[in-house]
Amino acid sequence: MSPSPLLRIFGLSKNFGGVQAINDLSMELVEGELLGLIGPNGSGKTTAVNLITGFVKPTEGEITFRDRDITGWAPYKIVRLGIARTFQMVKPFYQLPAYKNMIIPLYSPRVKQMTGGKYGDRDAKALDLLEEVGFERDAFVAYKAASALPQGYLKRLELAKAIALNPDLMILDELFSGLSLAEVASIVPIIEKLRQEGKTIIMIEHRLKELFRIADRIVVLNFGEKIAEGTSDEVMESDAVKKAYLGAEA
Amino acid sequence: MKRRRERIDRGIKARSGDLFALCSWREMLYLSTPRLLPIIGLLVLSFALSVYWQRVLLSVSVFALLAISWDILAQTGMISLGQALFFGTGAYLAGIMNHYWGWPPVVTIPLATFFGGLLCTGFLVPVLRLRGIYFSMVTLIIPLMLVRIIEATRIFGGTEGISGLAPLPSRWMELYLVIAALLATLFGFRRLMSSDFGLVLKGINDNDRSVMNAGINIYWFKTQSLFIASSVGAFAGAFMTHIYLFVGMPVFALDYSILPIAAAVVGGIGTFAGSVLGAFILVPLSEILRGLGGLRIVFYGVFLVLFTVAIPEGIFHYIQRKYHQVERWVEVEK
Repeated sequence: MSPSPLLRIFGLSKNFGGVQAINDLSMELVEGELLGLIGPNGSGKTTAVNLITGFVKPTEGEITFRDRDITGWAPYKIVRLGIARTFQMVKPFYQLPAYKNMIIPLYSPRVKQMTGGKYGDRDAKALDLLEEVGFERDAFVAYKAASALPQGYLKRLELAKAIALNPDLMILDELFSGLSLAEVASIVPIIEKLRQEGKTIIMIEHRLKELFRIADRIVVLNFGEKIAEGTSDEVMESDAVKKAYLGAEA
Repeated sequence: MKRRRERIDRGIKARSGDLFALCSWREMLYLSTPRLLPIIGLLVLSFALSVYWQRVLLSVSVFALLAISWDILAQTGMISLGQALFFGTGAYLAGIMNHYWGWPPVVTIPLATFFGGLLCTGFLVPVLRLRGIYFSMVTLIIPLMLVRIIEATRIFGGTEGISGLAPLPSRWMELYLVIAALLATLFGFRRLMSSDFGLVLKGINDNDRSVMNAGINIYWFKTQSLFIASSVGAFAGAFMTHIYLFVGMPVFALDYSILPIAAAVVGGIGTFAGSVLGAFILVPLSEILRGLGGLRIVFYGVFLVLFTVAIPEGIFHYIQRKYHQVERWVEVEK
């Protein structure tokens, strides 16, 4: 018998006015898996994430996490259950030093639960977490104002904010976008380390080459519908995917 | 040759930044002066002023409290146009408790502060989800509605109001009570907003999605901020009830909503000290201009415009910068 899925989405639909952003999407995610969610621009990837994390309420369908129906829950409650996400557009508190940006996730009730009712020294915890994602401790980067950080560090900061919540499921929305090859190469080991720790991860990516190297399974969306699912080789062979990415003639 | 202005932290600011502040009296003085100044200033003023200007000082302090209360809401992302709601609710509660139940001011003021805060929070909790101008409009309307309700139903004295209320024991008591409240609020709120709790509040203003995404219920935090702010406003109202010995419909007047905002804007938003400074400029200014009769509002308006155009960041931010930094012109190399 296969293990019961960590996350289960069934018949999920969302329309904004007349636009069908997500149409009858169903998928499952088992614990410890890294799922890549890809698709052309406007195919509904971010909407799918917004639906899972509660930022957008679905028109129809059901989402369960650990066999618990979380459809239509408020975002903060979903986070407390153990689903954390990063945002595609990173918007840190620019005037604050990087490590102070970590204070808000560390103030989360989720963190309090995990540490048994105590928050502890948040500043120290913040520096530890930032070191984990590559803010070298002796280089003072963590003390710099977020406005002075390059994009690569802002993405790491965004990742650290999600890690701080110690989630079971992490959803990384275009973490690699806007980064150089070297920067991506330095973030990949962090993600691999998270996997070793047993985290389940959904990655939305346009950088397919890097994604295919680490993902177990890929789901392809187009116009809000799932058009293919399987290993990276399988989905790239699929005619529907070729058509979606390259146009009708391919 | 092009020039630009360069701002550099003063040496003493860097020197007094950490434990090194204990190096010398000069450093310690540098750090403590801005904190001691309002305390000593208020104490000296309380002695030096004539009875008339002491009354003005009471009014200044009350408006400063309302401006601080506006500022903490603004920093949590709630722009209130209805400080009169907090002020009026506190005022009426104190008046009712004193008139109908005969409770002395020592009981009515703390109770009106607490329950006034609770009541106002209750009024506004249903609209916490509204953002920006929509929230502001509701805060503007509620005090105006309450006035009409009092007028129409003739409760609590109706248009006549309630008069003959109990005064505070002495003139000095009045003065020091409000000064103590003002200083406690000023320093307390500054500390609160620099704590991690304050960081979450500011985070809600900056990027509420990011705060929600940390598993934090932003509405609960907004409610707490609302309660803190409205309690301060309610205290101001309850206090003034026992100064005027009267409470009536004017406590919901627009003055109590608009002047605190003007004070916070002129003084500088986001510092609380700016709000106090603004009240200390605007309220006496309005008193001085009283002799001008009808033209008073014109001059007052001109002053307001001049302030905001000349120092748009607010007076406190300006002074703070001058205190901590030196400016000089440097040539820009092409």
